[in-house]
Amino acid sequence: MLLIAATALLSHWRRRPLQLATFILGLSLATALWSGIQAINTEARASYARAASMLHQSELMQLLPRNGNSIRQSTYARLRRAGWNVSPVIEGDHRFGNTRVRIIGIDPLTMPAKAGRFEAGGVSDLAAFMSEPGVLMVSQVTALKLEGHTQMQLRISSDMPEGAGFADIGIAERILEKRGELTRLVVAPEQRPDLPSLDMLAPDITIKPSGERPDVAQLTDSFHLNLTAFGFLAFAVGLFIVYATIGLAFEQRRATFRTLRSLGLSLSSLTLLLMAELLVLALLAGFIGVVIGYFVASLLLPGVAATLQGLYGASVPGTLSLRPEWWTTGLAIAVAGTIVSSAQSLWRVHRMPLLSSAQPRAWARASAMGVRIQVLGGLVLLFASAILATFGQGLAAGFAVLGSLLLGAALILPGVLSACLAVMQKHSSRALVTWFWADTRQQLPGLNLALMALLLALAANVGVGTMVSSFRLTFIDWLDQRLAAELYVTAREENEASRLRAWLPAHSTSVLPIWSVEGEVLGDRLQIFGAAADDRTYRDRWPLLLGTADVWDRVAMGQGALVNEQLWRRKGLAVGNDLTLPGGWEIPIVGVYSDYGNPKGQVIVGIDTLTTHYPNISKLRYGVRIPPADAPALRRLLTSEFGLPAENIIDQAALKRQSRAVFDQTFAVTGALNIFTLGIAGFAMFSSLLTLSGIRLPQLAPVWAMGIRRRDLALLEVLRTLVLWLATFAAAIPVGLALAWVLLSIVNVEAFGWRLPLRIFPMDWLILGLVALGAAILSVFLPLRRLSTIRPADLLTVFANER
Amino acid sequence: MLLSLRNVRKSYTTAEGRLEILKGIDLDLDGGESVALTGESGSGKSTLLHLVAGLDHADAGEIVSSGRSLATLDDRRRAEYRRTAVGLVFQHFNLIPSLDVGANISFHAKLAGRHDPAWERELVELLGVETLLARYPEQLSGGQQQRVAIGRTLAAKPPLVLADEPTGNLDEATGDIVLNIMLSLTKSTGAALLLVTHSTRLAQMLDRSVHLRGGRIA
Amino acid sequence: MNASRILAAVIAVTMTIVVPAAAVPQGFAGLGSTAEGFVIPQPGVQLRFPADHGAHPDFRIEWWYVTANLQSEDGTRFGIQWTLFRSALAPKTRSGWSDSQLWMGHAAVTTKGQHLVSEKFGRGGVGQAGVATEPFSAWIDDWEMKSLSKSETDPLDRISLHASGKDFRYTLELSATGPLVLQGDRGYSVKSAEGQASYYYSQPFYDVSGSLDIAGRTARVGGKAWLDREWSSQPLAKDQTGWEWFSLHLDSGEKVMAFRLRDSRDGYTSANWIARDGKPTPVRPGSLEISPVRSARVGNREVPVAWRVRIPERGFDVTTSPLNDQAWMETTTPYWEGPVTFEGSAKGQGYLEMTGYE
Repeated sequence: MLLIAATALLSHWRRRPLQLATFILGLSLATALWSGIQAINTEARASYARAASMLHQSELMQLLPRNGNSIRQSTYARLRRAGWNVSPVIEGDHRFGNTRVRIIGIDPLTMPAKAGRFEAGGVSDLAAFMSEPGVLMVSQVTALKLEGHTQMQLRISSDMPEGAGFADIGIAERILEKRGELTRLVVAPEQRPDLPSLDMLAPDITIKPSGERPDVAQLTDSFHLNLTAFGFLAFAVGLFIVYATIGLAFEQRRATFRTLRSLGLSLSSLTLLLMAELLVLALLAGFIGVVIGYFVASLLLPGVAATLQGLYGASVPGTLSLRPEWWTTGLAIAVAGTIVSSAQSLWRVHRMPLLSSAQPRAWARASAMGVRIQVLGGLVLLFASAILATFGQGLAAGFAVLGSLLLGAALILPGVLSACLAVMQKHSSRALVTWFWADTRQQLPGLNLALMALLLALAANVGVGTMVSSFRLTFIDWLDQRLAAELYVTAREENEASRLRAWLPAHSTSVLPIWSVEGEVLGDRLQIFGAAADDRTYRDRWPLLLGTADVWDRVAMGQGALVNEQLWRRKGLAVGNDLTLPGGWEIPIVGVYSDYGNPKGQVIVGIDTLTTHYPNISKLRYGVRIPPADAPALRRLLTSEFGLPAENIIDQAALKRQSRAVFDQTFAVTGALNIFTLGIAGFAMFSSLLTLSGIRLPQLAPVWAMGIRRRDLALLEVLRTLVLWLATFAAAIPVGLALAWVLLSIVNVEAFGWRLPLRIFPMDWLILGLVALGAAILSVFLPLRRLSTIRPADLLTVFANER
Repeated sequence: MLLSLRNVRKSYTTAEGRLEILKGIDLDLDGGESVALTGESGSGKSTLLHLVAGLDHADAGEIVSSGRSLATLDDRRRAEYRRTAVGLVFQHFNLIPSLDVGANISFHAKLAGRHDPAWERELVELLGVETLLARYPEQLSGGQQQRVAIGRTLAAKPPLVLADEPTGNLDEATGDIVLNIMLSLTKSTGAALLLVTHSTRLAQMLDRSVHLRGGRIA
Repeated sequence: MNASRILAAVIAVTMTIVVPAAAVPQGFAGLGSTAEGFVIPQPGVQLRFPADHGAHPDFRIEWWYVTANLQSEDGTRFGIQWTLFRSALAPKTRSGWSDSQLWMGHAAVTTKGQHLVSEKFGRGGVGQAGVATEPFSAWIDDWEMKSLSKSETDPLDRISLHASGKDFRYTLELSATGPLVLQGDRGYSVKSAEGQASYYYSQPFYDVSGSLDIAGRTARVGGKAWLDREWSSQPLAKDQTGWEWFSLHLDSGEKVMAFRLRDSRDGYTSANWIARDGKPTPVRPGSLEISPVRSARVGNREVPVAWRVRIPERGFDVTTSPLNDQAWMETTTPYWEGPVTFEGSAKGQGYLEMTGYE
């Protein structure tokens, strides 16, 4: 009995392969995007953890300098001699040819075994590692880039992240010119009991506990949350398809259900059979979804890697490893999605009276009541969104604002559309026009989900597009201002730097030192820059958000510091507050500057006070002001006089070009995700229309019978779809703008610490509108073809007496 | 002569092969005349009606209605013919679900370009549906729906009304009432009526009756 | 003759970074390698103190090596070891992280039932490990051997010794009751028939007192200790694979230092008879006889732990027995080192070190 019943139930899919395909494809796509994005997140996070544990021994406790840049060698010896089992690390960036490498100098003699994973790489000889010219352990890719640019022996380790290398601390000390300045100390897990306290031995050191999440993981949280939100949006849009298809398949099989029940199949067996059927389909779709997801992830990952590199400087490999847990999570999410989208249909079957009408009513007409409740729910969500936007705090609240805004807008969409159509209907006098609006309105319940999905996709497109474009415009304006110097020159070492300092003033309009020191400010490690604040460049070009009238004078006189927007917002600072800089130096804040693209806080003080307080900072970098026409000549002169390699002299244009390229790369993923989401929404529309076209006959046949040609009817169908698309698109623009506002004013502020002005790009909308139109036409094409080629005989069946 | 059929033939291709439904029908109808078309299930009554309504094409023979030879009409003229020259009443009413009763009644008339509010008001009264105007078809009973359907057809004042088992979905008492209304209203508008029914009882209420058997008029 | 060990240190250190120690074809732990740029010990060089207590960075390897046979008030016997090895990557020293001098410390405590070991590494140039002469101090991390002597006496006359490891810790005071003793030919100690040699002197006359803590239980201890100082650049011949080395305190107050380097033939032996007043008399070459009496299973190796040691010209014929068979030094380069007692023609206690059994 069960087998026969199952055969009868499954025969439905054989007769409607398109419906089956829609179901599978909808669920697969949803699963694919979801699991693809999860895969990317997992990969990226694993890579941060790997890099952190590899490069920063993050699973071990660390000691960091409390003030200034470094721990002194003598402090290390003092700690060791007191019994502390610590190992020194000297870390810094070094340029080999064109390649910048993070050099991590370690002491193999004291590095705790737990941190010494680099052993696997195979330094075959300690003597070689520790003696000149030394060994640099790098990844394969980095090794290729360094080939020929260093005398160090390159050893390849598959564990090494790109752009970083291990060397002996003695070698690193020399290359990085650190002269005994230790970056940090790694604390071994095994320590002697009753060690003397650190406060006594080295009061200038702070403890960073082990297992703390890598900085980069914290920085990139917002980005991953963003991706997750996108994945979820795509998944929800995909579920609309599944929900619609399941609903239809169940309604169309009502007669079968009834027959089977009257033949003695128990309700529970029927429900069980249907659940089993859905489970099998869900697993199949989940399987396909994971496979597609893998490809989606591989496709997106290079972009994501570029984004992470661009925004956060986080290095993530551009390749993906297929993890077994994807299968489980992918299949689970597919099954969960199916359960969510089939619950209502299954419930209906469960409650279906034995002898209910077998007449197909695939789309139960949503009662006015239902629409009203939905609209009410939507309004509540919008209200909640507004409340959260006003009073909420934190990134999660930002995303909650986004979520409730989008969902609320989607929920009220059918009500709004219906109301608009009712108005149109009321104001039309021609019978066919009236019918057109009335009939469009009548179809709304069947298209609601697809339209809501479309609204979400379009609004996300408008919103994210506006955000990115606003960001881009602001960023480029800001770059133009901020990159004021015509040339940026980096000396190779301090001697050269001092010769440059002597030589440059005679050959340029002005020289702006770009020197910085890293230290702890308000509990964070950040950069403190010095500015030659008396130079006109700063007054004329440096974009300030807030500041006292005499801000640059005060900075120049060493009476004030500037903080960047990130620091200002995160720490709730105000102009006039005192800031404590490393070494207990107190200085009032006199202004706030915008600092896009930098995830961290930053402080600027006058260059003279900087060097007074931190006398041994590295003085290698300079911005050079010169009439732009003379820049190439100066560049040549620098090369011939100082033998500076080309990569040590960067001109403004090149820097801007690079920055823009990084920026564009950064948002490439967002663009791709937008297209995916729009694609899924288009597919949802397509499947809904296809479904509707199947049950349109009884509605169209009488009109045809009363003298409207099939082709006119077909035309009206196209028009109807376009009207709905257009209406949804029109609705998506304000929603999208609201979304953009939330992104720019709430999410970005929380995630990056900067707030951007909202700018409007109607041309982008036009392009999006055209893309949407194309998708609309595509989605209506197949259903329309069905309709226009319909034979009169098919229409006549509507009037046949036996149905 | 309002309607004249000469040697009209129609066959369908079915799973069992070619099925000849109509094997040469000759039939004439004068203006204002009411004729019942009777016959067994599958005798071709509905097919004949669809041919006359311009919904389907005859394989052979000639149908002339309101001075038009249907076989010569292109798609556009054929649609125009359906709009203006015939009115249809179906067993399943086939009202337009998205329009309320008032809009349904004026729908065909507007399409035909014969919208006459005064006449529609009169019709509504005669049909006894004046309280239902703001309702939607799904909110009506079968009898009410068929009255609206009749109203929709007659509002357009077609010279020929074609009805396919209009009472087939109604109980006998309701059916009789609806039929009587339809008969009296068609008479009063001077329209001819061709009514398909399998009921001889109903057939007797019309001017004359034609019986189809084996694809021919008996 | 921990002599060879240091080199072991280089290699040992190397091994922490790398691959498991591949069996070294030439000699134990690679000690047979040629010295490049390092000074080779020469006969006839007079050692000078206190300067020679300090480090000799021109030589590849060097150590400060103390062993002690101790007893607590309740008669429990202990052995302790304290060693600082120096190993140079290049014959120079430099302040800072790029110093070529590597340091390694070994500390151990042996009881009848336990053998606790700890090992440390560090590099010179930064203060983590090293040897200073004014005042004398040899240290790595918190382990230290420090002079307590008054300025007019030799710095090694009185020293303190401290080390700790997992579950043990000791702080001892060592006072010499006799002079420094030059080994070999006035401090020039030959290690093979081919002439490999090291500079080698000892202070075998220490009386010890102090405290020893094992797993939280502290004991007052006293006993005798022996300090070896040795430096070289190329101490082993290519075919030498390991050694047995004895430092023996005779109950008579005399001391015996004896070693045998094993090679593919009969091996190379050397011994020094030290009188109560510290006067050394090197034993005639070839007259020391060493033969195993009993072996014990240590881990998965068979190690001879009891030996018969004979010096016929002195009428010396004793059999040594270990306090603990399992005195295995599970360090980067493993070896056996532990306290022994001996009986026979003479009675006493001492230390035995054996390498090449891993």
